[in-house]
Amino acid sequence: MTQSDLITILPLLALVVWACALLLVDLFIPKGRKGWTALLAAAGLALTMGLTLAQAGREASGFGGMLRLDGFSTFLNVLFLGSGLLGVAVAYGYLKRMDLERGEFYSLLLFSITGMMLMAQAADLIVIFLALELLSIPLYVLAAFARPRADSEEAGLKYFLLGAFSTGFVVYGITLVFGATGTTSLAKIVEVLAAGSLGTGSLLLTIGAALILVGFSFKVAAVPFHMWTPDVYQGAPTPVTAFMSVGAKAAGFAALMRIFVMAFPSLSADLTPVLWALAALTMFIGNIIAISQTNIKRMLAYSSIAHAGYILMALVAYGNPAVAADSVASALFYLVAYAVTSFGAWSVVMSLEKPDAKGLEINDFAGLGRRNPLLAAAMTIFMLSFTGMPPTLGLVGKFFLFRTAIEGGFIGLAIIGVLTSLISAYYYLRVVVTMYMREGEPQAEGEYWLTFTTVVTALATVVLQFLPAALFALAAGAVLK
Amino acid sequence: MDLTLILFIILAVTAIATALGLLISRNAVYAALFLVMNFACVAIFYLLLGAPFIAMAQVTVYAGAIMVLFLFVIMLLGAEKLPKGDVLPVQRPLAIGAAVILLAEAVILLVQRFQSTAMLQAPGTVENSMDSLREMSGLLFTEYLLPFEVTSILLLVAMVGAIVLTKQEKGTRG
Repeated sequence: MTQSDLITILPLLALVVWACALLLVDLFIPKGRKGWTALLAAAGLALTMGLTLAQAGREASGFGGMLRLDGFSTFLNVLFLGSGLLGVAVAYGYLKRMDLERGEFYSLLLFSITGMMLMAQAADLIVIFLALELLSIPLYVLAAFARPRADSEEAGLKYFLLGAFSTGFVVYGITLVFGATGTTSLAKIVEVLAAGSLGTGSLLLTIGAALILVGFSFKVAAVPFHMWTPDVYQGAPTPVTAFMSVGAKAAGFAALMRIFVMAFPSLSADLTPVLWALAALTMFIGNIIAISQTNIKRMLAYSSIAHAGYILMALVAYGNPAVAADSVASALFYLVAYAVTSFGAWSVVMSLEKPDAKGLEINDFAGLGRRNPLLAAAMTIFMLSFTGMPPTLGLVGKFFLFRTAIEGGFIGLAIIGVLTSLISAYYYLRVVVTMYMREGEPQAEGEYWLTFTTVVTALATVVLQFLPAALFALAAGAVLK
Repeated sequence: MDLTLILFIILAVTAIATALGLLISRNAVYAALFLVMNFACVAIFYLLLGAPFIAMAQVTVYAGAIMVLFLFVIMLLGAEKLPKGDVLPVQRPLAIGAAVILLAEAVILLVQRFQSTAMLQAPGTVENSMDSLREMSGLLFTEYLLPFEVTSILLLVAMVGAIVLTKQEKGTRG
C-alpha cells in the first residue's frame, strides 16, 4: 500500500475498524446501558468526520485509480457522517422507548455509512457495485429491526427482495459496459470513449448505461421504480427511515453523478430524454399520490419520492458541458437542504410516535400548536422548506435546481417542477393547518437528544438560507473534474 | 461456423430455457432443479471463456452447496407446491401485454438507431488472465485488493445481519 493509497482510504478505514471494534465492545456492555454503544458510535463518526475535514481540499487517488479523494467525495462524506450522527442521536431514545435496544443497531449503521462513503469515493464500477451492497445490506436488516412486528418484517423483506433485483440491473449494466469498453475503471472508460474506437460497442454501452440508471433509480426512489418506498418507509423503525431517506438517496445520487457526469457525457443524447421523463414522472406522481395519504410516514415517503424528482431535474442537463458543473453543484446543494429538512421532519414524527406504530396519522398532530408550540413551529419550518417557501433552505435549494434546468434549456421541466411544488403545498400545509387549527391533545416525547435534533435541524433550515452563497460555493467547489 | 460458436448457441438456449422453467414452474423443487441446470450451463460458459477455476467454483459452490441448502429448506418447510391461481386475475394478461409492447419498442428503437445487425456482434476480446490459478490470485491481491477486502467486510455485515434477524432474545418481545 502506498502513501497515496493510505491517504485516500484513511477515513473509510477508520470507520470500518471502529464499527468492527464496536461490534466486539458492545458484547461487554450490559443490556439497559446501550447508551454507551450509541456514544461510542457517535465518537467514531465524529472521529471520521474530523479525519475527513482534515483532508478537505486534498486530492488523491489510490488503489490503481479505484478510489478517489476529491472535493466531491469530501462534501458527500461530510453529509453522510452528519446524517449518521443525527441518526444515532434520534435512534438512542427511540430504541429505548420502543423496546428495541440492541447494540448491533449502531454497528450496522456505521457499516452502512462506510458503504455510502465508499460510494462517494469510488471511481471504478466494481467498487461502486460493492459500495452499493455494503450500504444496502445493513439497511435491509435495519428496516426489519423491529421484528417480530409484522410491518417491519414486511419492510425488511420487501426492501431486500426488490433491492437485490435492482442490484441485478446494476451488475448487468456494468457487465455490458465492461464488454463494450474492456475496463471497469471510470477514468479508463473516459479514455476509451475519447479515442472513439468503440464502433460496434456503442450499442452495448448505451444499454449498459441505461441498466445502471434503472438500478440506481430504484435506490433513489424515482418513479417508476418507487413502489417499495411507502411500504418500507412506513414499516421500518422511524430512525432507520430518516437515515435511509437521507443517506441512501444521497449515495444513489452520488453514484449517478460520478458515473454519468464523469464517464458518460457522450451518451447524453440518448440519456437526456430518459432522465427528463424520469424526473417529470417522479415529481408528478410523487406529489399527486402524497395528497391522498393520511399516515404521516407514508406522506413523507411520497414526498421523498417527489424530491428525488427535483434532484433528477438538475441532472437532466448533465451532458451540456456549460451546465454540467452547475447541475452537480445544485444537486449537491439540494441534497443538503433535503437532508436537514427531512431529518427534522422525521424527528418530529418520532416525538409523537407511540409503541406499535400508533400516533402516526396526520390527525394525531391536531392541537400540537397549542400543546407544544416549539415542536409545532419546528414542523411548520420543515413543511415550508419541503414546499420551497420562504424563509427556509428549501426555497434556495429549489431556486438553484430550477435555474440549472432553465440554463440547460429545459424550461418545460422547470415549469412542471414549479407546478408540482404548488400541488405539494396542499398536503404540506395541511399538516400545519391540522397542528394549529384543530383541537387535540397530542402527547409529545420530550427526550433530550430528539429535541436537540429537532432544534438543530430547524435552526439549520432557517439559518443556512442566509448564507446560500457560501454553501453553494462549497457545493460548486465539490463538482467533478 | 466454428465449434465454439455452435456449443455457445446450444448452451445459451439451454440456459435461457432453464431460467424460464425456473420462473414458470409451479413446483418449488422443480424450480430449484432448473436453477441447478442453469448454473451448470453458466459454469461451461466460464470454461469456454478460459476461466476453469471460476467454472469449478461455480459448480461446487453454487450448483453444489447452495442448491443443496435450497432444496433442504424447501423440503423442510414443505413448500414444494405453490397455490394455484393468481391473486389478481388481470395481472398476467396485463403483464404479458406490457412486456410485448416494451419489447416491440426496444426492437423498433434499435433498428431505427443502428440499422445494421453488425452492431450486435461482440466487440474485441478482453485480455484474459484467468486461466491460471496463480495469476488470478496474484491479481486478486494486487490490482483487485480493494474490492477483495470490501467483499470480506460485506460478508461480515451479512453474517451480523442474519444473526440480528434470527436471534431470540430473552426479555424482549421475541
